[in-house]
Amino acid sequence: MSGPATPAVIRVQGLINRFGAQTVHDGLDLEVWPNEIFGIVGGSGTGKSVLLRTILGLRIPDAGTVELYGKDVRLLAAVDAKSLVRSYGVTFQNGALISSLNVAQNIQLPLREYYSVSETILDELAELNLALVGLPPDAATKFPAQLSGGMVKRAALARALSLEPKLLFLDEPTAGLDPISAAAFDELLLYLHSQLRLTVVMITHDLDTLFRTCSRVGVIVDGRMIIDTLDGMLKNTNPWIRDYFHGTRARAAEKVEHG
Amino acid sequence: MTALALEGEGEDWHLHLSGDWSLAALAQIEAQLEVLPGTLRGTLVCDWSRAEAPGIGSVWALLWRLASFDARHLDIRHSGNPPHFLELLQELKAERHAARALPQDAPSVEREVGKLGRWVVLQGIEARAVLDFFGRIVTVIGEAFPRPRALRVSSLARHIYETGITAIPIVSLIAFLISVIVAYLGAQQLSKFGADIFVVDLVTISVLREMGVLLTAIIVAGRSGSAFAAEIGVMQLNEETDALRAMGINPIEVLVVPRVLALIIVLPLLTVIADAMGLAGGGLLTLLKLHIPLSQFTYRLREALAPTTFWAGLIKAPVFAMLIAMVGTYRGMQVRESARELGRLTTVAVVQSIFFVILADALFAVLFVQIRF
Repeated sequence: MSGPATPAVIRVQGLINRFGAQTVHDGLDLEVWPNEIFGIVGGSGTGKSVLLRTILGLRIPDAGTVELYGKDVRLLAAVDAKSLVRSYGVTFQNGALISSLNVAQNIQLPLREYYSVSETILDELAELNLALVGLPPDAATKFPAQLSGGMVKRAALARALSLEPKLLFLDEPTAGLDPISAAAFDELLLYLHSQLRLTVVMITHDLDTLFRTCSRVGVIVDGRMIIDTLDGMLKNTNPWIRDYFHGTRARAAEKVEHG
Repeated sequence: MTALALEGEGEDWHLHLSGDWSLAALAQIEAQLEVLPGTLRGTLVCDWSRAEAPGIGSVWALLWRLASFDARHLDIRHSGNPPHFLELLQELKAERHAARALPQDAPSVEREVGKLGRWVVLQGIEARAVLDFFGRIVTVIGEAFPRPRALRVSSLARHIYETGITAIPIVSLIAFLISVIVAYLGAQQLSKFGADIFVVDLVTISVLREMGVLLTAIIVAGRSGSAFAAEIGVMQLNEETDALRAMGINPIEVLVVPRVLALIIVLPLLTVIADAMGLAGGGLLTLLKLHIPLSQFTYRLREALAPTTFWAGLIKAPVFAMLIAMVGTYRGMQVRESARELGRLTTVAVVQSIFFVILADALFAVLFVQIRF
């Protein structure tokens, strides 16, 4: 595991996000190191997705700074938004595949936008990304509406990988999947993480995924983030964290991983 | 900038990879891959030592190019610190290569006949579905007689407001303007014969018999037919209709019938308004352009009209209303799967309902002539 000596991929400092009178983030700090899988958890309405949107530069925070690879996201978003978005890949909660394009066209969409390569190469790249996420070749010509939930998540991941980012954001990648598909997705993530040397930031509610894949976890409590390893989280005395990691569901997930 | 250089002769080949090998350089790399010779024999060593930042996509493209060499005669090896994902890509490629058996297309004549057959069958299925849909609506209305609650009065009122009251301004304006145009053109032609007064006949008969109801129906088809399809379509996408069914509530009863009934009630009323506005427009134009006073206009109007003229227009309104509402709601219920379907079927709803309205109008015209109505 990379220690604090190497520069952080993501550094968030003193982040404040407000919606009207409601303060969602109140001085949130976060650092993500290269080549780790970082899990973000928190109760409903604690602003996990808002944090993600802020890091991506899709939302301007009320205060605080967000840096990706040492560069201020707000500055990047204003000056060179295209190179900003090329530095990361994102999958959204419901896949967010463009419904009028088939899977291959969805994967090729960002490639067409940035590079002028031939149709043959585009087809090969689509096939590569499908192969990386473990989708069969005939998935290429299917439309998003014809895919199962697990395939949608994989296709969205393939699209996120198409620009070869080193940093991957996943918003609830296993939500709505059956346990077997979810477990398969966890394995896929670990495989890609090791093979492609990705840094992964993932929002998840799935304790199994958390225990299987994440090296560190950040919990949003009272607008701030508590960051620790999973073992550290299990010893934490904060009531919400204790409830979260020691509920009946958590104990079952823990047993599988450690027992 | 060169990304690759082939050196060697006979059976001993070296491929030197150099410079930028990231995804951004893929266009140049592709061009240089294409000029590699078609066949090579012996051994080929790819030297990665001077390639910078190799991207997965570029390496993948190289592997595909190398795969075009006959593997029986060429032994490909990699040296000089190849990218860490090379092995992964080689595995994936081997997997895909095996799976890449192209399906054979059927002969074209067979395919065309097949297409025609499928189309005919689909039309048959569609016709049955339309009939089924109509039957369900009639059943619900039939059941409503002993059980008036099934008519959903509050939702009926909402649709009457949305499709009727809010349409009054646009329907009035268009009826007024069109009848002014007809009167204006009519006046120009008829004044050549000194038959100015017959402008009144022209305007009143055309507005009351045809244009009032037809224009209203077309406007309503554009406004409400599309709204019906889109509203119900979105509910379909959200699985709301399935939820209703699962609660034992018939979606036809709560979604379709109120819309159909509302339009059947509203369209005749809108037609009356359109008729009135049309006559007002005609009256105004004859007053200003032909200097025919209003008293003479109303006198001539009564002369020109047969007792049935007004009814010949109005009687068509409920039929048009039913066509528009049924096409709109039917297309809405057909939406499945995606946002694209929603857009397509909403368009289909508007185009088809206008088509059916005009077709029905033509049939009415023939019928009225036959029975001298």
